[in-house]
Parts: sequence; structure tokens; C-alpha cells
Amino acid sequence: MNRYPLWKYAIILVALLVAVLYTLPNLFGEAPAVQVSAAKVTTKVDAGTQARVEEVLKAAGVASDQVTFDGNSVRARFANTDTQLKAKDAIEHALIPDASDPGYIVALNLVSRSPAWLTALHAKPMYLGLDLRGGVHFMLEVDMRAAITKRLDSLASDIRVALREKDVRHGGISREGNSIEIRARDAATLEAARNVISDRLPELQVAESTSGDSRLIATFKPEALKKVQDQAIKQNITTLHNRVNELGVAEPVIQQQGADRVVVQLPGVQDTAKAKDILGRTATLEMRLVDESAEGHAAESGTGPVPFGDEKFLLRDGRPVIVKRDVIISGDALTDAQPGFDQQTQQPKVDLTVDAKGGRIMRDVSRENLKKRMAIVLFEKGKGEALTAPVIQGELGNRFQISGSMTVTEANDLALLLRAGSLAAPMEIIEERTIGPSLGADNIAKGFNSVTWGFLAIVAFMCIYYMMFGVFSSLALGFNLLLLVAILSMLQATLTLPGMAAMALALGMAIDSNVLINERIREELRGGASPQAAIHSGYDRAWATILDSNVTTLIAGLALLAFGSGPIRGFAVVHVIGILTSMFSAVFFSRGLVNLWYGRQKRLKSVSIGTVWKPDGTGSELANSGGAN
Amino acid sequence: MEFFKIRRDIPFMRHALVLNIVSLITFILAVFFLVTRGLHLSVEFTGGTVMEVAYSQPAQLEQVRDVVSKLGYADVQVQNFGTSRDVIIRLPVQKGVTSGQQSEQVIQALKAASPDVELRRTEFVGPQVGQELATDGLKALAFVVVGIMIYLAFRFEWKFAVAGIIANLHDVVIILGFFAFFQWEFSLAVLAAVLAVLGYSVNESVVIFDRIREAFRRYRKMSTVQIIDHAITSTISRTIITHASTQTMVLSMLLFGGETLHNFALALTIGICFGIYSSVFVAAAIAMWLGVKREDLVKGGGRKDHDPADPNAGAVV
Repeated sequence: MNRYPLWKYAIILVALLVAVLYTLPNLFGEAPAVQVSAAKVTTKVDAGTQARVEEVLKAAGVASDQVTFDGNSVRARFANTDTQLKAKDAIEHALIPDASDPGYIVALNLVSRSPAWLTALHAKPMYLGLDLRGGVHFMLEVDMRAAITKRLDSLASDIRVALREKDVRHGGISREGNSIEIRARDAATLEAARNVISDRLPELQVAESTSGDSRLIATFKPEALKKVQDQAIKQNITTLHNRVNELGVAEPVIQQQGADRVVVQLPGVQDTAKAKDILGRTATLEMRLVDESAEGHAAESGTGPVPFGDEKFLLRDGRPVIVKRDVIISGDALTDAQPGFDQQTQQPKVDLTVDAKGGRIMRDVSRENLKKRMAIVLFEKGKGEALTAPVIQGELGNRFQISGSMTVTEANDLALLLRAGSLAAPMEIIEERTIGPSLGADNIAKGFNSVTWGFLAIVAFMCIYYMMFGVFSSLALGFNLLLLVAILSMLQATLTLPGMAAMALALGMAIDSNVLINERIREELRGGASPQAAIHSGYDRAWATILDSNVTTLIAGLALLAFGSGPIRGFAVVHVIGILTSMFSAVFFSRGLVNLWYGRQKRLKSVSIGTVWKPDGTGSELANSGGAN
Repeated sequence: MEFFKIRRDIPFMRHALVLNIVSLITFILAVFFLVTRGLHLSVEFTGGTVMEVAYSQPAQLEQVRDVVSKLGYADVQVQNFGTSRDVIIRLPVQKGVTSGQQSEQVIQALKAASPDVELRRTEFVGPQVGQELATDGLKALAFVVVGIMIYLAFRFEWKFAVAGIIANLHDVVIILGFFAFFQWEFSLAVLAAVLAVLGYSVNESVVIFDRIREAFRRYRKMSTVQIIDHAITSTISRTIITHASTQTMVLSMLLFGGETLHNFALALTIGICFGIYSSVFVAAAIAMWLGVKREDLVKGGGRKDHDPADPNAGAVV
């Protein structure tokens, strides 16, 4: 009765194999590496970049262990930090000709030393949290109210223009809190205004004022409001991405959390002040006319000086463009930029929307400057860069498009850059954590020591107290640890110090199941059952209890997972996985071991489970005992 | 080896009343300290800045305190952290000064005072986050309590659910009471430990309840009190051994885990110790006071009890 069918052993074997395979990468440690990734949306890192990096390294005479391309970045692994630094210099020299305008990020990083065949199986080491590897963590909150009022302000001026165009004489338009008020002299005008607004501005809902006087109150429709908020946070995230790229961080994490929060994690960065400076920077966008005079063209082709009153900017592809100093409109006026396709030519285009005031200026300027070019310049850190310089093809309004010689990707990138040039709404740092690299290493050592010593102490006790069954339990506990590490590596869940604590706790709690089983078997033996029957009913009866107790622990774990954030989440993930693996290892796996060892022996006389103490049935002994002794 | 050579069921329930009074007093004391002293909440809950700095020589706390208070911060805490060279500085939230400026300012001032200082860690939490963490913590607690009660009521019976949850909330309150009394710092990690303890020590009650149910089925002639005594006695060795092994792990964390895990391990230690006590004496006793009967757990078992033709009738004397 204590035999497993072959398929159960097969499951155990497969689980063991997979667990070992995915735990392996954690044992190889990490090697210094140089990581090359794109610094701009327009530069692409691909297999070509990999070939180039290899070439550069060969030319510089730096030996690299391995150069890999993982879809986003190229990583070159080195034997030691000396060659790593040498290689970084060489690669930087070759890939970034102009240090003030880097197309690539060349960052120092650590990569797993595990062999290529493991990486090919997607077996990666556990992802260490900031508290274990050092770095900076920020949580930023987007000021949604500011994003909404900004949008409402521009809508208010849109309403003004729309009403003027339709000859509706209003008595004043103003933004009051989260709504726009439109005053009018009589009900007929009010009705006309309402029709115009609902016709032209579909994102607004209009209601008549309840206080009796002739006023319209326009507010966002709920879905439009959500869209404004979504766009605000998306735009801020894109902007943050662009800025973080400049820091040259190997693996930055920028994630939305909740409706209005962004988490930025920069592993390895120590200079918080600089990081904060860059994240909180303001960028401005300006639209200016290109100087199309003879002097301007001469300066553009490099044969003359830049004329007085002009400035020279570089386009993203490196061509210079000579631009007048006068600003037509600035980025504040730009309300949206979306990529799309021209309906007639089927060419990619970018649709721009500017607010009403900007639209009026655009109309005047474009009328006077037909067939001339207009440059869109992005200023960051006081340094300008021309994003594009299209030719004005006709009279423009508050909605116009940039089209012509663009690919779909270029159109997308341009729209993104136009939108992401500035933050949609101000952000505030509401949480910040800096962990020094030495503290990270300390924390790893502390967590590791806690798990190791605790594990060894438990194993020693189990083996002494339960003999052979203790050995089985210890093996099952070891398997549990292996499985836990393997699953964490597989999921690439972030391991933090609380996570390591959860690992230790999971092992401490997992042994509970084995103690339950072993005590049950002893009890059955005490009751006079044959060894085989005792093993069988011991496992059988303990199972219900193990299930019950694990379910209650699981409930607590899930609550932590659902409501926890930050360190609690790190704890909860490991805790929950630990409970699940413990059920598999402590019951299924240990039973497999016992079956393998004892199950075949038909006439099993005794099992090695330590002392099975039987109270003697004699009355005298019963009288003078009664407690533990 | 066998530590528990128990010949007869230990009459645990005979002392139930005394022990429950002891529990009640401990509980009231814990609540009293919680109310009067309050928890020493970490920066994660209250908002503010924590900085951990390391010196190459043993740190002069007085000097550090001086430097920081000269910057105009009132209510600054400066303490050693783990070793005499590590110092932890807690600054309250200040209006108008961003977190970054705060920590920059302080570290500049400290560097000016003694150049060998190294910033190991800073942590800033805005007041709005702290508020949220506190409410999320309470939500998690409520979720655990309700979830476990529903499970126990479903698997056993409502009396056990009530008994189990009272026993374990009693543990939680006592842990919090310890933290309030000694003014140990109550951080997010400690909260995680408290909730883990809640799940873990319910475990213990479940094992005993399981045995009670089994004993009700098996020994039809025993009284409820005898059944409970029997259930506890037959699981006592397992109870002590598993708690000891979990405590071994926690002890290892307490010894090797450093300052960061110290309070976490401490909360678990108290939780485990009181977990044994409460599941043995409190949970079972409350179930007894609530009047668990054989009929509650064994369907139709009660009627058979009076059946003269019961084959088991003479089996137990």
C-alpha cells in the first residue's frame, strides 16, 4: 500500500530537475558587464548594434566573455572590472561621437555568470530588490487637479473661439474650479451656446445653472475626465523615461501605480540629488520659423556664419537648421499630438492640436509664410534640439498636421516626443528610498545567514529526533527551498530582505507538516499498527490537518498580497509561494521518499522513526506518572 | 528520542478558568498600554525622513544631534543602529522643504562636521502614503479575520470559528501590547509579521480542533471536557516541536538578520510563544464555554449515543 505508481515518481523527478535547473543560475554569481541601450526613441538597438559592439571590442583589444542581445539592449560580459571599464570607454568612444548628444546609453551593469545554455532556457537568477542591490526608489504623485485645470483652461478658450465663429454673443466665459461657466443675456443665446459646445467639444457635458440666472456649466464627461487623467500620467511616464535614459542606468523601472502614481527605481544610482534634479526638470517646446533667406541657407549648408537674430539647431538626424529667434507659439499651447495616416496620400502623419489662442497665431503666421519651413524645437537643460522642420503647405488652424517623408515609426516617435517634451502635470515625490551598495551586500549576507543557520538547526534536530524519517523530512525541506528559489527565479519576482525573511519563515512553517506526519506515524505505531499500515494511515490522517492549517495561513498570505505594498508585498509573494511549495514537498515528495525506502519491503518489521514510546499497561506505573518526563 | 512520555490525558481544561482570567488580564494590560502609550510607528506610517549614516569611528551621538538641530529641525531622533558606528536619524515632515533637500542638507552638515560619514540609506515617506498604509493594514487585518472565520465555520462549526479567531486576535493584541509597552518601532515589516502570526497560530487551533472532531467520532462515551483534554494531550508533542522549529528559524533571524529584521523576528517570537498558549488554553477553552457538543461536529452522532445496540457502547470505560 505504500507504493507510488511510476507516474508519481516521474512527477517528482521532473519537478526536481526543473527546480535544480532554475535554481542553478543563482549559484553562478554575477560578472561585470557593459550594457548598451537606446538613449533616444529614434535610435534603435538591434543585432547590428551587437555586431558593432563586438567589432569595437576587438579593435580595442578587450576580451569579452560573451556579447548578447536581449531585445532591448546589448550586454557584453567581462572577466573583471578593469576590462569592464576599459570596454566601457572604448564602446562609448565608438558609439557616441558627440558626448553632448548621446544616442546610446552605455552603462556599467552586473549580469549573471551563468552559461549561455541556461540563459537560453530563460533560467535567470532571482531579481534582487533595491534593498539588496542598492539604488534609489522614488514614488511620484501626479497632480491630477493641475492636469485637469490645465486642460479646462485650454477648453475655455476653445469655447470662446467657437462661440465667436458662430456669432453667439456670450456674456463671459471663465473656469470655476473643475467646470467652465458660460454666461449669456437670454435663454435663446444660452441654447445656441449649448448647441455649439455639444457640437464642437464632445468631451464636455453642459448643464444649465441651477441657481436661476442664465448660466451654463460645462464639465468633463466622466470618460473624458478619465482620458485626461490617463493621458496625463502616460505623458509623464514617457517624459520620465526620456529623462532617466540620460542618467545611464542599466535597468531602470518606471511603472504606473494606481491611478495617479509613478514608481521610479534606479538600481545602482547613488547620487540622489542628481537623479531628482533630472527627474524634476522642466522642458519646453517652441515653434519657430526657419530662416529661408540666402544667408540662412548659406549658414545651413555650412558655407556662411549664422545670421544675426538666428540660432542654429541640429535636427535629430544631425542636419543643421537655422531658425529665427522669434517664438511663434510655445509648448504650453500644444494640447495634443497623435500619429495617423493621411486620408488622401495614405502617408503617415502627425496630427497636432493647439489651443484657440495658438490656433489664431498659427493661422496668421502660416498665411504669411506659405512654403516656408517651421521648426519645432525642444529645450531641455537649456539645450535646444530641433525635432522636425516641415514646410508649411497651407493656412493652418488650431488643428494641423505634419506629413511627408516619414515612416510609421518616425511618425509615432515624433508624436511621442511632442507630447512628452514636457510634463502634463507637475509631480511630487511622496516616497523616496536610497540604499547604499554596501548596505545591500550586508542585507544579502544577513538574509542568507538567517536562512542557512535556521535550516541547518532544523535539519540537525529532525535527523536526531526522528532518525530516518527526520532525514526524509530534511530532504523534503531542502527540496522545498530549492523549489521556492526556482519558482522565484522563474517568475522573476523581486526578492527583498523581507522576502528572505519570508523564505526563512516558510521553511520554519513547512517543517510543521512533516512533524505532523511523523508524530502521527509514531502514534499509529504506539497504537500497535504494523509499520506499513502506520506509514499509510499516518500520511492519510495528517493530510486533512495539513490542508486545513495551510489554507488558514494562505488566507493571511493573500491578504498581505492584496493590501500590502512595498516591503509587505515582497514578504507576501515569498510567503504564499512558500506555502504552496511546502504542501508539495512535505507531503507528496517526502511520501515518495518513504515509499521508495520502505514501500518495497513486504515484511517490514520496524521503521526508523526514533523512539516509539509505549506506556506500560501496569497499574503501578500509571499511578506515579501523569505528565511528561 | 521522545520528549513527551505522557501516559494519561492531561486535564488542561480543569485549569481553564484560571488561565482564561490570566489571559484576560494580559489582554486588558495590552489594550491599556496600547491606549496610554500608543505604538511607536515607523516613518512608513507617520511620514518623514529616515537617514542611516555610517562613521568609520564610533559615532558621537551628541555631536550628530547638535549638527542636525542647528539646521532648525525640532523633534529629531538620533540613535545608534545596530553598531556604535551606525547612526539612524529621524526627521519629521516639514512643510516647504522637500525630502531631497532635507537629506541633502543634513548629510552636508554632517560631512562638514566630520568628513568620514557615509550615507547608507535614506527613506522619505510623504504623509499621504503613511495614512494609506495604515488603512491598508487595517483592511488586511479585517480580511484575514473574516477569511479565517468563514473557512473555520465552513470546515468545522461557528463556535470553533469564534473561538479560533478570539484566541488569535488575543495574540495579535498582546504582540501590539508588547510593542506599545517597550516602545519598539512598529514598521511595515512588523505588520507583516503580525498578520503572518495570525495565519500561523490559527494553524495551531485548527490542528487541535481537528483532533477534537476526530475524538468526538471515535470516543463516543467521553464528555466534551475529556475529549478536549484528549485532543490537546495527543497533539501537545507536535505543537511544541513545530513551534520550536519555527522558533529556531526566527531565532536565527534574530541573531543573524541584523537590525532591519530584528523587530520582525521579535514580533514573530512573541506571536509564536503566545500562539502555543492561546491555541491550547484559550481557543479550546472558549469553544468549551461556547458549549461545543458532539452533535455539532458529528452528524447523527448524538442519537447513536443513547443507542443500547451501539457496538462501541462497551468499548470505552
